[in-house]
This record gives sequence, C-alpha cells and structure tokens, in this order.
Amino acid sequence: MRHVITALVMNEPGVLAHVANMFSARGFNIDSLVVGRTEDPQLSRMTIVVVADDRTLDQVRKQLAKIVTVVKVRDYRETPFVARDLMLVKLSASPRTRSEIIELAGLFRGHILDVGHNSLTVELSGEEDKLDAFVDLVRPYGIRELARTGMIAMARGGHAMSLAGEDSDGTGGPAAAAPPIAQSSGRPARVAVKRVPTQEELEATPPG
Amino acid sequence: MSTLTPPTGAPKSAGAAKNKNKNAEQAETRSVESKSDGRNQAAAADLGNGLPVLGAPTGRTNRYVGKTGAEIMLQMLVEHGVTDAFGYPGGAILPTFDQLYKNQINFILVRHEQGAGHMADGYARATGKPGIVIVTSGPGATNTVTPLATAYMDSIPMIVFSGQVRTYMIGNDAFQEADVTGITRPVTKRNYLVKSVNDLPRIINEAFIIATTGRPGPVLIDLPVDVTTSKVEQMIDDTPYLPGYKVYRAGHSRMIRQAMELINRAERPVLYVGGGAIISDAWAEVRELAKKANIPCTTTLLGMGAFDEHDPLSLHMLGMHGSAYANYAVQESDCLIAVGARFDDRVTGNLKLFAPKARIIHVDVDPSSISKNVKVDVPVVGDAKLCLAEMCELAEYRPREAWLEQIKAWKQKFPFTYHDDSPLPKPQAIIEAINQVTEGKAYFTTGVGQHQMWAAQFIRWRFPRSMITSGGLGTMGYGLPAAIGAQVGRPGELVIDIDGDASYIMTAMELATIRQFNLPVKVAILNNRFQGMVRQWQQLFYGGRFSNSEMVNPDFAAMAESFGIRGMRCTRKEDVLKTVEEMVKHPGPCVVDFLCETAENVYPMVPSGKGLHEMELGVVASAPPNSARELGSLA
Repeated sequence: MRHVITALVMNEPGVLAHVANMFSARGFNIDSLVVGRTEDPQLSRMTIVVVADDRTLDQVRKQLAKIVTVVKVRDYRETPFVARDLMLVKLSASPRTRSEIIELAGLFRGHILDVGHNSLTVELSGEEDKLDAFVDLVRPYGIRELARTGMIAMARGGHAMSLAGEDSDGTGGPAAAAPPIAQSSGRPARVAVKRVPTQEELEATPPG
Repeated sequence: MSTLTPPTGAPKSAGAAKNKNKNAEQAETRSVESKSDGRNQAAAADLGNGLPVLGAPTGRTNRYVGKTGAEIMLQMLVEHGVTDAFGYPGGAILPTFDQLYKNQINFILVRHEQGAGHMADGYARATGKPGIVIVTSGPGATNTVTPLATAYMDSIPMIVFSGQVRTYMIGNDAFQEADVTGITRPVTKRNYLVKSVNDLPRIINEAFIIATTGRPGPVLIDLPVDVTTSKVEQMIDDTPYLPGYKVYRAGHSRMIRQAMELINRAERPVLYVGGGAIISDAWAEVRELAKKANIPCTTTLLGMGAFDEHDPLSLHMLGMHGSAYANYAVQESDCLIAVGARFDDRVTGNLKLFAPKARIIHVDVDPSSISKNVKVDVPVVGDAKLCLAEMCELAEYRPREAWLEQIKAWKQKFPFTYHDDSPLPKPQAIIEAINQVTEGKAYFTTGVGQHQMWAAQFIRWRFPRSMITSGGLGTMGYGLPAAIGAQVGRPGELVIDIDGDASYIMTAMELATIRQFNLPVKVAILNNRFQGMVRQWQQLFYGGRFSNSEMVNPDFAAMAESFGIRGMRCTRKEDVLKTVEEMVKHPGPCVVDFLCETAENVYPMVPSGKGLHEMELGVVASAPPNSARELGSLA
C-alpha cells in the first residue's frame, strides 16, 4: 500500500540526509521524497510517499517524529487530501505531429513551455495517475527527456500543519487499528504503482 | 517508597588510599546530588514546552561578549554541573585544551578516544549525569563512533565535543578532516556542526537537554578551530530552539487505567523491566508495583538492579541466556507488563512464539518503541517513574497462589547452576565468589560474551546502576574503560570489571589511564583463552570448527605490573575465594587473571529462531524437567 506522509522539518543542513538515512537504515521503502521551502524560512516541508503496510507506516511516522530536527509529521490515512505532481517532458515533434501533441497537452491542461524544430516541451501538473496517463499517450511520439517532482500533498479543509498547529505522531492514545483508507479526493484507493517504462520502450525511444 | 542504599562495598581496610575518606564523603554527597539533578530539576522549571532549563538561565544576554568559543564552552560545562570529562588532545581541539588547563574540571586523559567514549558512558550509567568527551578532529572523532553507537543503543546521555578544521577549510580534505557530523548522524540523537561562535551557547544548551531528557542519548558537537578561537562580539540569545523535540512525561490517564484494569484482573502477570527503569530512576516504583500488585518481575540485562533479586518475586534475567523460570513465566503469562524495555531479539527469541497467551502493556518514554517488534495492547507513553507511580495508585493486591506456586516450582527445578567437574576453576564459580565477597554492593562492568552472561546470572543484582554493560550494541572492550568512568563518577566505591580475556585486551591500554589517575579499579579476567561466546556458537552450530576464536594471551598479571598496577594470577579452585578477597581488599587498582575452564557453555540458551520456551537447558536440566514437558504444548 502506498501512503503519503508530510513532515515539517528544520531548514538546516543534514536534515534531508538524516531522514533519507533513517529510511534506508530501517529498511523502509521510499517511492518519492520531495523537499521544499515553506512560508516560514526556518522550516522546510517534506512529502514522502512510502510503500508500507499499516504497522510499518506507524513505525515510519514515529521514527520520523523521533528525529529531533523533524518538527511535525502527519499521514493521510484517514484524511481526504489533495496531491499534485509536476512534470516537464520533452517530446520529439515533427511539424506533422506538433499540433497533435499540443492538442493532447491541452486536453490534460498542460502548457507548452518550449518549441524547437523537432521538439516540444510540455509542463503538466496533477495527480500522479493523470501524469502517468499522459506519459502513456505521448510515448509513441518519442520521449526525449522527462522530469517529475514527485508528489506534494495537503489535507482538504481547514486543517493546517504548522509549527503551532496539530500534528499526528499518534502517541497519547491507543494504537487504534484504523483501516487503511488512503483516499484522494474521495475516489477509491489507488494501489497502482507508478508505471516504469520497460527496457524495450526505453530503447525504442528515439535518441535525443 | 522503599529506601535503598547504593552499592557501598568499598574496602574498609586500614591500608586504603589516604584520600579515601574524603572520596567516600564526596561519594555520599554525589549520590544525594544525583537524585536532585537531571530529571528532577526538570520538573522545577521548564521552557514552556515541557523541556527543562538546564544550566544557567537563558535568553538574550551580553554575558558571552568578549569570550572565545573555548572559554564559553568550558564556562557552560561548569554551569551545566559538569565536574569530570574524558578525552585526548590534538591540533583542532587545542584551543579548548588550553582552557582546560586553567579550568577546575577533572579531566581524564585516556590512551585511545574509544576509551574516552566508553568511560563517559560508564560514568553516565553509574551516576545518571551525562558523560563528557573532548577529542580532536578526524581520527579523534572517528574513534568515538563505537562508543557513540554503544551509548545510542542503550540510551545513555553523553556529549562528545570534537575538534574540526577551520570552517573555510571544511570540504577541502584538510589534514585530520572528516565529515564527522555525517559519520555520526545515525549513532547520535542529534549532532551539530557549529558554524559560528554566536550559535555555540544555544547549541550547548540544546545538547544538554537532548542528551539527558526523554529517551536519553549521545549528542556530538563538532567545533571548528575558528569557532573555538573567535570571540562573541554582540548580544546573543542562548535559548534552546527545539520545535521538533518532544518529551513525554506523565502517561495518558486513560491508558494507565486500562493497563491497571488488565493487570488487576490478570491471573498470571509478569513484569518485564528494562534499562529505561534504571534511566528514569524508577526502581522504587518498580518494586512498589510488584509488591503492591503481587507480580513476579524479570529484568533485562540493562534492567539488572531495578528489582531486588533476593526478593521471592524476582525471576532474574530473561531472554536468550535468561533463567528458565523467567522464560517459562513469560511464555505462560496472560499479562506482560514491559517497563522501559524494547523487546530486543535477544529477549524475545522468535517473535511469532513470544508470550503467546499474554496481553501486552508497554510503558516507554519513546513512542517509536511501542509496537515496533511486538504488537502492544495497551501503550503507556511517558516517563517510567511517573507512569508507574500512577499505576501503583490503582494497583490491587491479588494472591495468585497457583501462579506463584508454579513459578516457585520452576525456580526450584531450574536454578542457574554448573557442574564443578573440571581441574581448572569454572568461570561461574569465580563470579559466585565475587558475588559472595561483595554481596553485590559494587559497580560491576563487563565486556561482551560468556563472562557477561555469567555475571548477569550469578551475581544477585540488588541495586540500580550497579550493572554497567553494553547491551544493545554488544561492544567488546567496553568493560575496562567503563569501569574507569564508573570509578571517576563514584570515587570511593568498589568498581569491578568482570571481563573476558578477549574483550579485555581490546582496550587494555587504558591500564595506563588507571595508573596515571590512581583509580582503584579492580579487574577480574575470566581467562579461557578463547572468545568464549564465539567458541560456544562454533561448537553448537558450526560443527566444532573453531575458526579464529582461540586467543594466545600475554601474562595479564605481568602486563598489569608493567603498567605499575598490582597483577595477580589464580589457577587453582581452592584459591579463587581467597584471591577475590585479596583483590577487593587491595586499596589500589588490581588486575586478576583467573585461568578458567575453556569448554564451559552458557546455559540456558535459546537458539536463535526458537521460542523462549524452546531453550536448551544444558546443565540447568540436571533433573528431568517435568514442567518443561508440560510446556511443550506451548508452541
């Protein structure tokens, strides 16, 4: 099961290394890890997607909270949340295929960032599976370069994770055996893992 | 609440060192002091988020203006109550050593930085105060990695100050440069690279809080030369800033009620007490709960002394080499109450078979310990002392006759034992003699291996902090430096390193430290000319192929003498008791080489992968174990 965890951490050197090291030292499986600044210059925010069962997720959360430089931790098992991934993809585009790609990008609410003689660079953001779907669609044109940020997430509604606000390192109460809900905007749980292109597909991609 | 005296097995002979009485007095005041510093002070004042103010009051201040980093560091150590420190000088830390030259801190110069780390660790375990280490950059700092890992695994408060090259040279592969914060990150609770002298006071204040509160642990502060030499030139704020640090104190009252409901109803409860109970000074509460609710109590290796092993409710140690009765009791129990213990694999054996009938209550200050290895039914997150005190209020006495009868029968049937059937003394006999002569009133340190397990089995542990051993990391070579640290922290008290020949020689160069500082440490080497535990595993699981486990040792007595330390050798059974008495009476340091039987194994033993009830009883099963057969139905 994929789970999303967000953490507010102190904005200082070594914190990312500490978190990354904790994951590898304890054998937890990271799907993606994103760090960026927040409104508070002293804090950074990490969004971590882990593959874990419920009990492992509890451990991940507790071990994160245990790191002194990690300020707040929460997961989204029982909370509706919004999540976005940003992608830049450079596609092979001849004058003949260019308009098709632009049309596809439009359907996905993407933007054309750059146009070359034989290429198009598309910016696309959204939920991970939307991006996956787009990648699938444009693969036949030839993907020359692709970069994704990994997921960032935030709870729906007024709940805010801030220095003063709530957190959920789940310690006061009993280890409530909550069923895994991992919901995103009310839709059924997404179990699908990001599709990785096969070796053949990679080789079939036209050289850049 | 029961009152207990700490170990006072100090020799009373007339030939004692001349500053003996002074030391003893000092020891007395220290033991009283140690109750009022650290945690209790924490209750008195806090920073508003439950964290204690340690050292001098904090805030925006001018008091550091005009002082160098090294001056500030030493001044703050004193303000934080540091009286002793351990270490070794070197280029990058010389500014600090220059300040030590003028300072009143009792500094112990070691022979290897690993020794400094283990000494600080032993000091912390014996006193409850954080151990302080000061070493140089590069190799000086990397030599402390093993002690840091040892302290981290066993939750021991320690602060290591390491020198570092100048800030502008960091990253340039300078002489004696190492990425020390990178190297030590996984083995410290927190580490710092100080980039500016203006941050130093805040960082030192944070370090003491982090090292000593919650689940204690080691902290490392890396000090570039230009930080220790440059001066603070402005008003600075030294208030700790720890937004991500949370210390749990009182337990959740609903959880405590639930726990006590379970305990009061239980037919076959067992208390399983670990090092956390020692760290939080909860031994009085452990004893009160066991007595008040009438619960048998077993302790882990690190929990030794949290419960009086002379008490009929004591089950002694549990786990891989624990007592048969403790292991059977855990497996039969319907309610297991873990206090400050973390369900280590050496305690639980095969997790799938562990305590199959028990509801599990876990009292621990570290939420990440809860349900890490074993699914816990009722977690109580908080300081063991505070949680247990509340639990005691709700405890009801239940006679539990059948259960206690059963335990008594196991205890009678499977006591720790050995056969005295070899020409050389049995190692267990030597430890029994030490137990007899000292009555357990001493600080004992150990290395790691067979001798460590026999010490755990054959000394009757009665006092908190009297067992000083590397439990989690299992660091061979820990015994001698830890004994030095314990002796520095408890001057005038009897400190005995019960060591194995292989463990001992790993750090034996610290004999020179003993000599230089006239520390009356006693060392009893159980010399079986082997890495005993390795030999035991090779015998039992590797077809007797003793690959690289045999040791050719020096004459340990002569070696000690060459350091200017009394050395003795004991080879005959009939001399054992006499030699132990002589060792304990000797006023100064003393090393005794007890030549003992090689082919002796530690029993009981739970082979790895097996459940606790599937232990090999070995010599313990001299009588046919009827109860063990009944227990066969357990799995």
